[in-house]
Amino acid sequence: MELEKFSYDNKIVKAFIIATVVFGLVGMLVGLTIALQLVWPIFNFDLQYTTFGRIRPLHTNAIIFAFVGNAMFAGVYYSMQRLLKTRMFNDTLSWINFWGWQTIILAAAITLPLGMTTSKEYAELEWPIDIAITLIWVVFGINMIGTILKRREQHMYVAIWFYIATFVTVAVLHVVNSFEMPVTLFKSYSFYAGVQDALVQWWYGHNAVAFFLTTPFLGLMYYYLPKAANRPVYSYRLSIIHFWSLIFIYIWAGPHHLLYSTLPDWAQSLGVVFSIMLIAPSWGGMLNGLLTLRGAWDRVREDVVLKFFVVAVTAYGMATLEGPLLSLKNINAIAHFTDWIVAHVHVGGLGWNGFMIFGMLYWLVPKMWDTKIYSNKLANLHFWLGTLGIIFYALPMYISGVVQSLMWKEFNAEGFLVYKNFLETTVQILPLHMLRATGGALYLTGAIIMTYNLIKTAYAGKFIANEDAEAAPLTTAAHGGTGWHAVLERKPLVFTTLALVAILIGGAIEMVPTFLIKSNVPTIASVKPYTPLELHGRDIYIREGCVNCHSQLVRPFRSETERYGEYSKSGEYVYDHPFLWGSKRTGPDLQRIGGKYNDSWHYYHMYDPGSVSAGSIMPSYPWLFEQVIDKDGTAGKISALRTIGVPYAEGFEEVANADMDKQAARIVENLQLEGIEVVPDAEIIALIAYLQRLGTDIKVKDAGVVANQ
Amino acid sequence: MYKNILQSIDNIAIWPLISFVIFFLFFLILLWWTFTVNKKFIDHMSNMPIEEATLNPTTTGHEK
Repeated sequence: MELEKFSYDNKIVKAFIIATVVFGLVGMLVGLTIALQLVWPIFNFDLQYTTFGRIRPLHTNAIIFAFVGNAMFAGVYYSMQRLLKTRMFNDTLSWINFWGWQTIILAAAITLPLGMTTSKEYAELEWPIDIAITLIWVVFGINMIGTILKRREQHMYVAIWFYIATFVTVAVLHVVNSFEMPVTLFKSYSFYAGVQDALVQWWYGHNAVAFFLTTPFLGLMYYYLPKAANRPVYSYRLSIIHFWSLIFIYIWAGPHHLLYSTLPDWAQSLGVVFSIMLIAPSWGGMLNGLLTLRGAWDRVREDVVLKFFVVAVTAYGMATLEGPLLSLKNINAIAHFTDWIVAHVHVGGLGWNGFMIFGMLYWLVPKMWDTKIYSNKLANLHFWLGTLGIIFYALPMYISGVVQSLMWKEFNAEGFLVYKNFLETTVQILPLHMLRATGGALYLTGAIIMTYNLIKTAYAGKFIANEDAEAAPLTTAAHGGTGWHAVLERKPLVFTTLALVAILIGGAIEMVPTFLIKSNVPTIASVKPYTPLELHGRDIYIREGCVNCHSQLVRPFRSETERYGEYSKSGEYVYDHPFLWGSKRTGPDLQRIGGKYNDSWHYYHMYDPGSVSAGSIMPSYPWLFEQVIDKDGTAGKISALRTIGVPYAEGFEEVANADMDKQAARIVENLQLEGIEVVPDAEIIALIAYLQRLGTDIKVKDAGVVANQ
Repeated sequence: MYKNILQSIDNIAIWPLISFVIFFLFFLILLWWTFTVNKKFIDHMSNMPIEEATLNPTTTGHEK
């Protein structure tokens, strides 16, 4: 048969590699900064744009979408062309994908420090950027499916399936979780409220980990690991089972992020069961990766690429055993809201994603520049710095998590909390946080060394922009596959649809009852929508990213009801667009903060937390005392919330500002009694109003009126 | 509480059953297929990353 000549596009891969390295360094640097902030608040620089609450999302977004995202594109664009023996479908689409993605990253880097955020974890970006993400993702999808359709290889290798599943699922997750009601160009309210919002968010959050950080990287593992080891994958049969079981089961496990919350018990149990089941496919994949090196382990000693891959796959195995264990309610009771979770995600992030990327880059760059790595010694140094970095990061955080959790729960013989003051438990773990920052610094140093090494390598070689190749065109008769699955692999569109169905079943079974819950959830008659002033305060709370350190969810444990007050009820959150339960308690829970202190306490505390709570690591918020509430926005906010179901009376938006002035005047008066002079329009007044409202609805007289329960 | 929610859906009991049957059958057939599939096909598939269509393959840079 006549062979066709064509060429692979390496230029696009090069562009994504450069973006990966640049944003990797930036993301890690921001990570190091926030780690330092948690020990020395001075690193918040007393600037609103650099406080922990605003740049922690910058760190997570930069790492997930910029560093890992660009690496995923680089790895996919390189391997897909070769596995399908064709150039990418359309070079223009490739470049739209590249520049579009970088523009989104730039938009994120500008809007997040400015406080424009939806507050939903890993989905913080506001609605115009959400739309841009959707469009660019579709461009990627078209380019990928197009490439598959014009392939010269009849069957799709397992890596391609993982790429397809990634595309399909991320699209579904992103669209469903981003349903929001725009108020202004960069402000929106989540379409869902309270418990519903929480379930959708963690269905998204969990599966963003699954389908953005895991499936594309498993695809990369199935290509680059055999490539670097120069031997086929241990068991191709296992990889087929691995693929279908992983994508089927993963999608169900989201509710394990909400154990002991007010989410219905059946949904929590569903999340637990499927999390435990996940061990099987995850470990199947890990073993398949590691066993690929059977009989070649001696090469791991020599080859730095394999070293990175081995640690990466091992970290994957550890994180995917730990995850299901953390989903057990008894373990979750200890670990949730603590540094344990931070350790867990960093074993995955630094170990699995980071080391897969490093290994891939050390393999790709010499290959694409037709040379050898500039310095094997430096690459080895990077490997050891990175490995030590992971250990120095993770171990202190595990200890910190357990220590703090035990302190939260410790009772004395008289039945009182031993550490009644939350701050005592914070101060205790600061040395461990210093160690964690050291680990992060080691890891970053390794990445800087890699950057130097890769640049030197590139300069020593000559870049092959278009790599020539030849292969026979695809004919229907070639490689007559056997059986239905082989047929499936020849039909990418049918395959894509089946993958979609597999992930939709789990999503639907969780979602459908949850959407029905809206009308069935025990409503609490005394729970009322926020007043306009409180609403502004809540938006300031969202803008400053308070949710990054403070939960608003008292779990039904004695240690929590003693410390914070009555445990949370789902009916309390029905007007919370978005929900603000949080996932980490760097500071205490705030669900019952309303009425606990007087207004002046909050006033002084926000101005200088250290002056009220000596040793506090919370940053100061001096700008809240200078900036004024945007009253022009009130009416729009009220109308937007009414549209999505908050029962503000018709026409209330007209008088909302007057209502707001009245409530503000009362707070100003309270503060005056304490000798504090403040203008009623200052943002701090709105924030105080919101904090004082929190969790008080059920304390209102006659609060016993609980309908439907 | 949640029992009431679920009971309010018509024929709720059939849904998890259908899902389970689909899930179970799919994986049974998948297992059966993977264990009976032609060895040549599996070899062809697993060698895909290694077999290059590239002309003048470049040096593998990471090797000593």
